Amino acid sequence: MAAPLVEIRNLQKAYRRGGQVVPVLTDISLDIFPGDFTALMGPSGSGKTTLLNLIAGIDKPDSGTLRVDGLDITGLSESALAEWRAAHVGFIFQFYNLMPVLTALENVELPLLLTGLSRSQRRDRAAMMLEMVALADRMDHFPNELSGGQQQRVAIARAIVSDPTLIVADEPTGDLDRQSAADILSLIQRLNSEVGKTVIMVTHDVSAAHAARAIIHLDKGELMHAPVAQI
Amino acid sequence: MFFLRMVLRNAFRHRLRTALTIAGLVVAVLAYGLLQTVVGAWYAGADAASNARLVTRNSISLVFPLPLSYHARIRSVEGVTEVAYSNWFGGIYREPKNFFPQFAVSANYLNLYPEFVLDDEQLLMWQRDRRGALVGRQLAEQFDFKVGDMLPLRGTIYPGTWEFVIRGIFDGSDETRITRQMLFHWDYLNEFVRKVRPRGGNMVGVYISGIDNPADAAVLSREIDAMFRNSLAETMTETEQAFQLGFVAMSDQIIAAIRIVSYVVILIILAVMANTMAMSARERTAEYATLKALGFGPRFLVLLIFGESIAICAIGGGLGLVLTWPAAKGFGLAAGGIFPVFQVSAETAAWQAGSALAVGVLAAIVPAITAARVRIVDGLRAIA
Repeated sequence: MAAPLVEIRNLQKAYRRGGQVVPVLTDISLDIFPGDFTALMGPSGSGKTTLLNLIAGIDKPDSGTLRVDGLDITGLSESALAEWRAAHVGFIFQFYNLMPVLTALENVELPLLLTGLSRSQRRDRAAMMLEMVALADRMDHFPNELSGGQQQRVAIARAIVSDPTLIVADEPTGDLDRQSAADILSLIQRLNSEVGKTVIMVTHDVSAAHAARAIIHLDKGELMHAPVAQI
Repeated sequence: MFFLRMVLRNAFRHRLRTALTIAGLVVAVLAYGLLQTVVGAWYAGADAASNARLVTRNSISLVFPLPLSYHARIRSVEGVTEVAYSNWFGGIYREPKNFFPQFAVSANYLNLYPEFVLDDEQLLMWQRDRRGALVGRQLAEQFDFKVGDMLPLRGTIYPGTWEFVIRGIFDGSDETRITRQMLFHWDYLNEFVRKVRPRGGNMVGVYISGIDNPADAAVLSREIDAMFRNSLAETMTETEQAFQLGFVAMSDQIIAAIRIVSYVVILIILAVMANTMAMSARERTAEYATLKALGFGPRFLVLLIFGESIAICAIGGGLGLVLTWPAAKGFGLAAGGIFPVFQVSAETAAWQAGSALAVGVLAAIVPAITAARVRIVDGLRAIA
């Protein structure tokens, strides 16, 4: 069996609000393997987005270890973590989070500014990604000139343009109509099955979760091992 | 290039807000430039004054004259090369708003002012005509005076209608020289005074002494004043520059107020600009968090915000700077010659540019720090 890509052991996270400590994640241990497509499900406040944020390196746990591709990211400094994210994580957000002042092509090109690629290499690669998500004809459009589904496809192109190890998606279909949501899920599935990308997706939509290969349930910050479904 | 494009597009994201901020910057930079130019114009006379000339006046006040007999005594002081004298006339040309300085001067007056360049022939014509007058080029251009024109003045200190004939137009040796005055024969004025107030004749407003070594100015001043100590008309002698600065000092508080207003204008636009940047940065919290999530460090965000702020200030400041020259020209004309020299100095322009840049930098500091410190998870929540 291959080594896990994401290896979580005894992870704890709590928020402090007005002097009160509110536990969000309690003693989470979990393995995600290369090529997995995992859906994190659970009711509001279950800690699924917090767990995704910790895996993506945009938040830090209070205790426990979190290894991604063998590297314990909990010990990294802010700047090292930023470099690590740029190289290893592709983000897909619920509200797309595209830069409104950049065209679709420029939005996809954006993460490549952190690489050593030349301008023409960056543009070629970004154009290729937009072709992959079937938006070659929308390259020069600004986000406000695109539909929600198209914006999310641009966001997916941006997430994969730097060829990350891991793609994290936080409610990627939460702001889309049924058809667009189905298209986006199909695209993410293709990235997983055809390109081999490891995907971790937070969703509270059961039909969206069924696009994943595995579903992990969280409730009140704890992992519910029993109902893990294998599709 | 990518970064620059992003900065400029961010700057013009809210076109109305940016346009209003730029308009504010234009007005502020323009106002600052004009106010500083007014201050500079106030000192222009003193700046153009010489340290190689001494001015002797009545020690009580400039209002009180000095006897003509002092001329020979001052001339006898070793180190004094030439002595001229003059009286303030204070006439009105048509209307009081047409104010320009008029001086009744001794025949040798221009010998002490090589910076006033007059054609030899015109000098001769003036010397030959008792009612002859000389006008400076700026004055001639303002009122379209030509050689041979009659120049009527209504006397205020010396009542009556005075008629002069323009016999010459003198130029300044360079463009900074003020040539907005009129000179005529002191003898002509003295004749009048002797006629109407016999005991008031043969009196002089000020003596102007040329000295061979400016370094001796203080010593010679003391020597001249010592000659007339305990006399009926004690004197006060100082360099021409100090004399002019004495006039400026009378308006010190006004000048200080103008200076303060010019700084306040910059402070106001700094507050406006800081508010614009703070609003922009607050609206983009989620974008900054996204950029951070993608791997961009706080430095990139800081540069983005400083770049935007400086770009807006550069546009507004640049426009304000460019408009300063035509505005100053219009202001100078509208002021009706109160300021004979009203030119925007290179120093003022540099301060305008510097102020605009400083506003751009200062306005971005707080938003940049806030953006750099934003926690990604908190920033991303700003959109949800």
